[in-house]
Amino acid sequence: MKPTKKRNNRKPEKAQVCLRVNGEPVEVAFAPHKTLLEVLREDLALTGTKHGCELGECGCCAVLVDGRPVLSCLVLAVTLEGHEVVTVEGMAEGAKLHPLQEAFAELGAAQCGYCTPGFLLTAKVLLEETPQPSRERIKKALAGNICRCTGYIKIFQAVELAAARMAGKPAEPSKESIYGWR
Amino acid sequence: MGGANGAEQKDLRVIGKPHRKVDAASKVTGQTKYADDLVFPRMLYTKILRSTVPHGRILKLDASKAESYPGVKLVLLGKDLPIPYGALPVSEDEHPLAIGKVRMMGDPVAAVAAVDEDVATEALDLIDVEYELLPAISSIQAALDTPEPRIHEYGEFGNIHRRQVYEFGDVEAGFAEADFIREDITFYEGSTHLALEQHASVAQFGHDGKLTLWTCTQDPHYLHRSLAKVLGLPQNRVRVIATTNGGGFGGKCDPFAHEIIVSKLAMMTGRPVKICLTREEIFYCHRGRHPVLMSTKTGFKKDGAITAMHHRTILDGGAYGGHGVASTFYTGVLQPTTYQIKRYKFEAVRVFTNKAPCGPKRGHGTPQPRFAQEIQMDKIAEQLGLDPAEMRRKHLVPPNSLTVNWLRIGTMGLGKCIDKVVEGSNWRERFRKLPYGKGIGLACSGYMTGAGTPIYWNGMPHSGVQLKLDRSGGVTVFCGSTDIGQGSDSILAYIVAEVLGIDPFDIRVVTADTDLTPVDLGSYSSRVTLMTGNAAIQAAERAKQMLIQAVSAKLGVPADRLLFADRRVSDRENPEKGMTFVEAVWLAETQFGTLGTVGSYKPAAAPGKFKGAGVGPSPAYSYSAAVAEVEVNPETGIVVVPRVWIAHDIGQCINPVLAIGQIEGSVYMGLGEALMEEMTYRGNRKMVHKFPSFLEYKSPTTMEMCDVISYLIEDRDSNGPFGAKEAGQGPQLPVPPAIANAIYDAVGVRIDEVPITPDKVLKAIRAKAKGQEGRYGPTVFPHCDMPASIFVPTPEEGGDGKAVERQPVLA
Repeated sequence: MKPTKKRNNRKPEKAQVCLRVNGEPVEVAFAPHKTLLEVLREDLALTGTKHGCELGECGCCAVLVDGRPVLSCLVLAVTLEGHEVVTVEGMAEGAKLHPLQEAFAELGAAQCGYCTPGFLLTAKVLLEETPQPSRERIKKALAGNICRCTGYIKIFQAVELAAARMAGKPAEPSKESIYGWR
Repeated sequence: MGGANGAEQKDLRVIGKPHRKVDAASKVTGQTKYADDLVFPRMLYTKILRSTVPHGRILKLDASKAESYPGVKLVLLGKDLPIPYGALPVSEDEHPLAIGKVRMMGDPVAAVAAVDEDVATEALDLIDVEYELLPAISSIQAALDTPEPRIHEYGEFGNIHRRQVYEFGDVEAGFAEADFIREDITFYEGSTHLALEQHASVAQFGHDGKLTLWTCTQDPHYLHRSLAKVLGLPQNRVRVIATTNGGGFGGKCDPFAHEIIVSKLAMMTGRPVKICLTREEIFYCHRGRHPVLMSTKTGFKKDGAITAMHHRTILDGGAYGGHGVASTFYTGVLQPTTYQIKRYKFEAVRVFTNKAPCGPKRGHGTPQPRFAQEIQMDKIAEQLGLDPAEMRRKHLVPPNSLTVNWLRIGTMGLGKCIDKVVEGSNWRERFRKLPYGKGIGLACSGYMTGAGTPIYWNGMPHSGVQLKLDRSGGVTVFCGSTDIGQGSDSILAYIVAEVLGIDPFDIRVVTADTDLTPVDLGSYSSRVTLMTGNAAIQAAERAKQMLIQAVSAKLGVPADRLLFADRRVSDRENPEKGMTFVEAVWLAETQFGTLGTVGSYKPAAAPGKFKGAGVGPSPAYSYSAAVAEVEVNPETGIVVVPRVWIAHDIGQCINPVLAIGQIEGSVYMGLGEALMEEMTYRGNRKMVHKFPSFLEYKSPTTMEMCDVISYLIEDRDSNGPFGAKEAGQGPQLPVPPAIANAIYDAVGVRIDEVPITPDKVLKAIRAKAKGQEGRYGPTVFPHCDMPASIFVPTPEEGGDGKAVERQPVLA
């Protein structure tokens, strides 16, 4: 088990980057080898973004860069000068939760909650691009996010519920999703 | 204690209704703090140097270069922590850092604390280690064949960690009564928890001599004990705070080396110390599903009644004991909870190998034997020409009975579960009637709702709750239980809210902090809802009594007429007459002083009195039945599972949406184990894990997950809070055998081991096409010398649950 990360040059050089995070301008200085994941969590204290592998395999660390979902563990933060980043902390509008957040809370789609930020942000983009996605479309959009608790079903149902509400329908969860079949 | 289980079902206001979890808002907004989210001023970071050989003596270990590397504060070695530990008192065979010898690839050898993770990682390269390689043991067979060198100096002999032999009634006499006997050999591969959160811990040692450890553990109380022991601190100087677990599934039950290491480093450096393991390291920490080889010999009558079962298991334990002795029991003790077995013999062996140690994963030791038993039931039904659903239905363990091995069964809803999935899946119209390539299969299971005995022997409660009522009308619940995502914090709020007639969100929940909360043994064995729930009911009922006394005197309403509902305490017969809950709290505080109550729960004593009878008893058993539908491509061997119907006997659901979530998650994990998940090692390459990563360790994604049709069967159990039984583990158990049975229905081949990968299916299909047996699976069960049975007469035969000298078998 060899250490994978090496940094030979240890001069105290920091990169300085200006970007927008959750709608606000941010100026941040950090060691230039740092990933967006590390800068968000360690330099901006936005620990809502999680990590499950730091290798781009689990989807936990997904955030939005210029409105697209990216795996923040694979993005070097120095490349983000002038870009727009949205994390889970930026999903709610003030005190009002995003409809996806409401639906996830309502259906217990966040069990341990660790994969939840990645799912929420990926689903947010899905619904922006495909306001009424089919179950198949939802599965494909979320295929890069792993969840070990839910079996994904409550997540699918929550995305469908949020989609219906965002289309202005007064949707409620199906009886089966809450009580099971009778 | 126990038995206190609340109101009539029709009067329930909170229980049985869907509510958000108390932590839902913080989890969907990224506010929940997991261990790696914690940061303290002057915090140091730790990296661990791990063994690069599977088995070896440490000839040289020189950390001097690392110690003088800029930014390194301390290098910790095995000699700094000489006291051994382990999850169970009977197998304390681990050291936080290797002393003299390594037993597996990834064994911790040295730890560096440095100013940042990069410096710590670089310093690991400067530590000079030399090993003398020892022969490494890679499999069950190799462990049986290779007594020397021993991986551990304790255990039975050679590399055999543990042997257990129990016989309940004379099993040979049982076989003599049978019309038919069959023996099936099956194998269940190991798999890992793969919780999304990477294990992380932060320790802080104060100048007051007190240690605090924040860590993602499922069992803070047991960790508390281990930490104090290994660090040589009095327990009252150690505080463990279990941070919200980013998934557990049993993988965070053991005390871990890294938790002890950061604690020691914090003590030695006087600074906060953090560690976060890489995903690769977590694969080597493991403690997941044991690979188990099984032989199940069953004698049965023409109608499928089981006259005798002789069930043998061999577990590949990996490099350490961990919970392994308990896991070994669990590969046999719960077999008799579903169908009546007249006489039962159970033999189990656990061996050491030079691989990541195994332990508890969802279902702890029972998915393997359930797989063996349930695919055999399918074969028995086939042999007898009976419908496998009806045959099972006919021989169920009756409610309120003792099993052959002295387990006390209370409510037993398996019959209703079978009926539901048979009806829902249209079983009768489809079983053995679908076109080639499509199939349907059924399997059942039973599981416990909490282990009846704690890990270390004591007579104290298994769960404690303290309640504080304050003048705001708020109530705070303190409990040592640990939320691993299943919703245990929320369960406390729902239960207290139900008893006191307030809203769950009026309640604050403080949990999993050994300084602040009374002991709860932890999130394992599906015990939390039942045990904390009963303790919470007792505490809340005691608080309610104080309010009743005060309100009854004030209003002149008899105590038994007071109703607690909608944040009011009022006269049931004249609802206008009453007061708000806050006013009631003020009245009571005026009368009694500061308001606080406690509640405790301890399971009743087990009926079995023989040595080893402590594993298996539970206050209540849950039951599940599943029907899986499969599509098998006979050209590629690829198995797709479009749908699973599953019915779960939950007693009473506390919150249906969470219960359904547990069932769906269980089906998911069962699907993964059935079709793809496996811990495999490159035997010829020093037992390196074949794929210690999320990408290559295959687990179901959204694309593989099946539809799940869940049914909740409610039949309130008198031992459960409001009648509740577990839902977190049991529903996983029937899924792998249901899938295996469905594959037989689809293509006529038996795959007697998991994971059922396409190559195995193809091999069996091709063998069948050549006129050979259409089967893939183990054919030989290896020999191991076993001690004489602990012989216990069955309850039917009389006796008092004690072991006896064996009577000679009558000719």
